[in-house]
Amino acid sequence: MIVDDYRPPRPWDRTPVRERGYFDLLGPGVVAVVAGRPAAPPGAGGWHPPTGGAWIHVGEEGIVTAFTGKVEVGQGTHAALIRAVALDLGVPARSVRLVMGDTDLCPWDLGTFGSRSMPDALPPLRAAARALREEIDRRPGRSDRPSDLGARVRGLRTILELPPAAEGEPAPPPPPGPAATVADDPTVVTGARRYGSDLRPDGVLEGRVLRAPTYGARLDSVDTAPARALPGVVVVEEDGFVGVAADDRRDAAAALEAIRARWTAVPAPDEAGIEEYLRTHPLDGDHWDAAAEADGDLPAAWDRSAVRLTATYRTDYIAHVPLEPRAAVARWDGNRLSVWLGTQTPFRARDDVARGLGIPVDDVRIRVPPTGAGFGGKHGGAVALEAARLARAAGRPVRVRYSREEEFRFGYLRPLSLVDVRAGADAAGALTAWEFENVNGGAAALGSPYRSRAHRLENRLARSPLPQGSYRSLAAVANNFAREGAIDELAVLLGRDPVAFRAANLDDLRLRRVLETAAARAGWDRPLGGDGRGRGIAIGREKDGRIATVAEVTVAPDRRVRVDRIVTVFEAGRVVDPDRLARQVEGATVMGLGGALFESIAFDPGAIRNPHLARYRVPRFSDLPEIVVELLDLPDQAPAGGGETPIIAVAPAIANALYAAGGVRLRRLPLLPTGRLPRPPAGPSGPG
Amino acid sequence: MADPPRILRVNGDRRPVRSAPGRPLLEVLREELDLTGTKYGCGEGECGACTVLVAGLPVRSCQVRLGEVGDRDVTTVEGLARDGALSPVQRAFLEVGAFQCGFCTPGMLVAATALLRAHPSPSRAEAADALEGNLCRCGGYGRILAAVARAAELAREEGREP
Repeated sequence: MIVDDYRPPRPWDRTPVRERGYFDLLGPGVVAVVAGRPAAPPGAGGWHPPTGGAWIHVGEEGIVTAFTGKVEVGQGTHAALIRAVALDLGVPARSVRLVMGDTDLCPWDLGTFGSRSMPDALPPLRAAARALREEIDRRPGRSDRPSDLGARVRGLRTILELPPAAEGEPAPPPPPGPAATVADDPTVVTGARRYGSDLRPDGVLEGRVLRAPTYGARLDSVDTAPARALPGVVVVEEDGFVGVAADDRRDAAAALEAIRARWTAVPAPDEAGIEEYLRTHPLDGDHWDAAAEADGDLPAAWDRSAVRLTATYRTDYIAHVPLEPRAAVARWDGNRLSVWLGTQTPFRARDDVARGLGIPVDDVRIRVPPTGAGFGGKHGGAVALEAARLARAAGRPVRVRYSREEEFRFGYLRPLSLVDVRAGADAAGALTAWEFENVNGGAAALGSPYRSRAHRLENRLARSPLPQGSYRSLAAVANNFAREGAIDELAVLLGRDPVAFRAANLDDLRLRRVLETAAARAGWDRPLGGDGRGRGIAIGREKDGRIATVAEVTVAPDRRVRVDRIVTVFEAGRVVDPDRLARQVEGATVMGLGGALFESIAFDPGAIRNPHLARYRVPRFSDLPEIVVELLDLPDQAPAGGGETPIIAVAPAIANALYAAGGVRLRRLPLLPTGRLPRPPAGPSGPG
Repeated sequence: MADPPRILRVNGDRRPVRSAPGRPLLEVLREELDLTGTKYGCGEGECGACTVLVAGLPVRSCQVRLGEVGDRDVTTVEGLARDGALSPVQRAFLEVGAFQCGFCTPGMLVAATALLRAHPSPSRAEAADALEGNLCRCGGYGRILAAVARAAELAREEGREP
């Protein structure tokens, strides 16, 4: 890209606006710089993290170069943001390019997670584009064509400094024409696209890192002399890090093998003991994800309950399994470091690396090459720091590429989650008491969209014995699985239709519309023909999006299960790029199937037992049901993120369908670790 | 590295390689020949990201040793386009938008090309079956099957090899 050979003295996000080398890099023209804004207090619409704003340059050739701190890891925001800028500027999308996640040139950003790309990046980019359009229109036109921006900025070196953009949309965008379509980059089909693991600067060495045999194990002693004795091998031993680098990956592997290390494992539970362990090992202190809330008179609400439910729902640890394992390439130029890193949080990675190496932040540059997906699993800069340590010692560039096993074992997992639900409803079908506690999972989607007379919510953080962290939609899958399962159970106890029961307890009209649209689209009122068939529905509200999913399943006489069809209706405010959003919904549906049906991390104390694709099953072609996606476009609402919410109703919809089809209520994900549905319990406790 | 160079026939070229015969073809392609379109995804033949054609048949290049290839033709994703023109399969993937992160795409393209050369008009079920060993973690299976159908159509219309 254009920026490869240019390095500013300091990162632009840490340089006063007037001192940034916009025109050195991009030539004369006009730049609009929209300032960042601090975090807003949580309130309606949820979380408002700080943002770093945006900047856009229009050059003499009419080329528009926009910058955002967000990154593209396959979710399609690169295309969606280009489309938005092109529409506001009134130029064809092909004349707009977008630089993402380069920490020397892009606005600071907290990270590409939490479905924040649209809410964080769209308002400042649109504000910058609109200001540029106005500024250019004020100037005498030296061209008859309004789209010919280049001629009208010739010779200028103008910087427009703009205040922070307000959350939400500045105004409706112009209607999209054919020119607003953002074509996919053909290098994706030619093999020419270089992902992080494909980059190979001149003189690069291959790095390998000594790994603990179990999670959290303490390194007691290490003897690296046998590795140091090998020709052409660089060994680094510093701050608890031990790694090697060599010309060839095999030589590096052999050097690693030669190192003698002694470890002491920390006590950790096995699978049988995990639930008790998490319940008895709370995480102390303040934590961003802690949550507790209560409202109403619970004892009185319980008194009014005609039906009561007490149940625990569980989701297992699962892995993201991005198809490209973690990779970083580090290169030092004197005291200054560049790292090409597939990460969702380049600016946090910059901080992590600078701190880890004890060097100024200004000397660290993170660039994000094309990345083989993330799904919440590529936060931070651990692999960048590993490569940087090795490159510093070697005096040559070093790349570190995780094996699939390393990706499983030394990334992190979606938390194992235990949700205790106690809920009641009155004889008229209104929810009364709602008590909902998640242990270890997280607070995302903890809050219920349903009205109740009294409620109590809590997210209880625990000390996970396996590394855990972000995952697509965080705990929203776990919390929605529990809530939507419990709601279904209450509907059964009351003998009410699951769609009608949900609708009757919802105040959120947008969610009701999504629910009713999905029911209609799936033909909810028409019986499913055939033996062993069943249909289930689940809904959810998260990240300001609304989702409803209907699943249809068939349970064969041998109790094998097939998911026949999944119908999802999704509403996320205004739709910016319908095609990319549809891809997200389709993909989230398939990914959701894996966690719903069979994905699960098996473990011994401190060690994952199935860190291989042969033993950790992810969805394949043969798992693909018919998928129907309908997007509801609300042109008057600001766009919400779309990458996460479409996953949250898949598992509960399938669980509810399995109950309808096979009479068994499953309260644990994955639902079908053996591939077969258990037989229903005999006797009067079984479903009617 | 003491072995004498041998010739590997890749994408119509004869390329001298110095890797030992026991080295996986994937590493030879990526590390020695800088053909990085072929991806490492698992190293155990489970994901299909490293799929290439050897003598026209799709193989997992992480599971094939250089010495096993002999003088047979190897085709990687870089060899699908002819004279700078994208193949029907490549164009169909672009037209349908059959990718998200794109990391599985080279393996999918190669596997789909092999399928369509052997079976020019596969049913959806046949295509899914042929691609079963290729994983798309972004979940783009539906679009990939649509792209395969579209590629079959393009190849027929144009009278071209897929």
